[in-house]
Amino acid sequence: MKYLSEFRDPELARGLLDEIRRTITRPWVIMEICGGQTHSIMRHGIDQLLPDEITLVHGPGCPVCVTPLETIDRALAVARREDVIFTSFGDMLRVPGSRDDLFRVKSRGGDVRMVYSPLEAVKLARENPDREVVFLAVGFETTAPGNAMAIKLAAAEGMENFSEIVSHVLVPPAMEAILASPQNRVQGFLAAGHVCAIMGWQEYEPIAGRHRVPIVPTGFEPVDILDGILKTLRMLERGEFGVENQYQRAVRQQGNPAARAVIDEVYQVCDRKWRGIGTIAGSGLAVRPELARYDAELKFEVQDIRTEEPAQCISGEILQGLKKPNECPAFGKECTPQSPLGATMVSSEGACAAYFKYSRGNRP
Amino acid sequence: MNDSPDFDKMSCPMPLLDHDTVQLAHGAGGRLSADFIEKLILPRFRSAELEKLEDQAVLDLPPGRLAFSTDTFVVSPIFFPGGDIGDLAVNGTINDVAMSGAKPLALSVGFVLEEGLPLADFHRILCSMEQAAKAANVRIVTGDTKVVGKGHCDGIFINTSGLGVIPDGLNLSAASLVSGDAIILSGTLADHGMAVMTVREGLSFQSTVTSDTAALNGLIEVILGVCPEVRTMRDPTRGGAATSLNEFAVASGVGIRLEDDQLPVRPDVMGACEILGIDPLYVANEGKLIAVVPGEAATRVVTAMRAHALGADAVVIGEVVSDHPGLVTLRTGLGAERIVDMPVGEQLPRIC
Repeated sequence: MKYLSEFRDPELARGLLDEIRRTITRPWVIMEICGGQTHSIMRHGIDQLLPDEITLVHGPGCPVCVTPLETIDRALAVARREDVIFTSFGDMLRVPGSRDDLFRVKSRGGDVRMVYSPLEAVKLARENPDREVVFLAVGFETTAPGNAMAIKLAAAEGMENFSEIVSHVLVPPAMEAILASPQNRVQGFLAAGHVCAIMGWQEYEPIAGRHRVPIVPTGFEPVDILDGILKTLRMLERGEFGVENQYQRAVRQQGNPAARAVIDEVYQVCDRKWRGIGTIAGSGLAVRPELARYDAELKFEVQDIRTEEPAQCISGEILQGLKKPNECPAFGKECTPQSPLGATMVSSEGACAAYFKYSRGNRP
Repeated sequence: MNDSPDFDKMSCPMPLLDHDTVQLAHGAGGRLSADFIEKLILPRFRSAELEKLEDQAVLDLPPGRLAFSTDTFVVSPIFFPGGDIGDLAVNGTINDVAMSGAKPLALSVGFVLEEGLPLADFHRILCSMEQAAKAANVRIVTGDTKVVGKGHCDGIFINTSGLGVIPDGLNLSAASLVSGDAIILSGTLADHGMAVMTVREGLSFQSTVTSDTAALNGLIEVILGVCPEVRTMRDPTRGGAATSLNEFAVASGVGIRLEDDQLPVRPDVMGACEILGIDPLYVANEGKLIAVVPGEAATRVVTAMRAHALGADAVVIGEVVSDHPGLVTLRTGLGAERIVDMPVGEQLPRIC
């Protein structure tokens, strides 16, 4: 198994599409949670091939998009300090804060570096004992174990010059918030495969039960996504609810216990602000008090920086699946990837960016 | 990279033994400068024009229109799997000249060296430039070396400019594409950009990906030999194939439709792209070209290209269409069609 070509196989995909067409009898609204799934849907043109009865709405699962403006502003304040080497995943560098972004801070002399793994940031801290190394720890449950491991390693070595700005978010509370909204129209979910690879799917069972919805942990390749849609659809058509695992090659019911343990050791659940949505109770992770010396917001005293979101951007409604990107009056006009109003247009995984990149809101 | 200078390759190593790194004085114009140029650089770039050490090269060129191009190379790291800044600087400018259909003849080389650059590294770069120029049969005819203080550049920057002569009757233009033309790609996508990315600080991971840096003037002679009516050619470097194709579509006011399952990407390169969340269509190549030819010539051109070492994987990747002028689209493996847009900025690895 090569894990790629099989899951892009046109024959398999056509077979699944035929089965979807045979199964469907009426309109359904299905949300794919993860920005990676949104991207794959647009990149392979899956939305064009589905029957009209299926409306795919794009969920809040883009870590760049949901990171609140005020976290970015706090990060920028830390990155501007002369004693700091500021490290970040690549796609956070272009995300605008209220007046600036990390690329611009870098161009004015800030020491901002892109890393692929937070462990690279720990290495930088080891190699630069006279500098403060700060890592911008964003993401869902998928990136949390690596980011937690970085603090765990730094603590084990007694490192004093490493810290993280932690803006981690959790998927299940966001799904609850979407389902509890009076405007909700989502009837079934493709859960984010990689989040479930870490966390398992047990925590989705109560949500599926309470709100009587199908939830299908789903992978990211076209065949995965079509299979996930078919599994969701079958449950919807039969009036069933519950969790069914599509992404069996990566997801176990218990998830990855070692990864979950390291998350628990370093972080604890907290209330978290989501960009465009607002605060959701118990929807984030923060550094545990006993490890507070690794919390960069406390260390550099930026926790009091507060920022309001611009009114023109409807990314909150997009992230909750209430609107599609091309229904925004600013889409492709005031708001483009070159001059984004909100993070859903900045991140490569943002729904607005995916619409702009692959279809400009219309099909060619 | 840190092995000691290979003094066997220098004609008179003695004066240089005093130093194992570049000194400010090496660029100051005095005795040390002269030694540096004569003993380290000239032996690598032997040409009648250069050895005169005049302020300029005087060239006898065959008749025809001149193609002239310049490029500055600042790649980091300076050594990467499959090449280094030296062969990149030679091949890059040769390719820019050759894409016009010109036969590249002469190069200039300007070095900006950072004080403290190991001489062994500089020598290794000079050797790879020598080999690249020889392989492409292009002479280095004039040059310049400056040394800047530590911290004022990143080891070494190289500017190369190139001159070539366009044979009579050739008139390639990105504005000449018409519906029905075939888009030919000379080989696999994204090798260079991913090779550099895998060794960049903060991103390094083990891989077998190597740069494709190569001079394409030989392959271009083959193409022009079987298809002098080629519409245009371009080497898709920064911005990748997607950028070149979008430029063609806009310049000619035509649409371009690509076939996803025809795009050649090495499995290890595809793997690296998938890990980092990067689309190979947007990644730099340094030894590939896109040729647009009349549809009826496509088979003939591909067959000829495949007989050349640098065109062994040549393939038709799409066609010029009259629909959606100015836009490049791609038919996905599943049969849908989507836009292949211009990239906004640098390709950034995604979070997860």
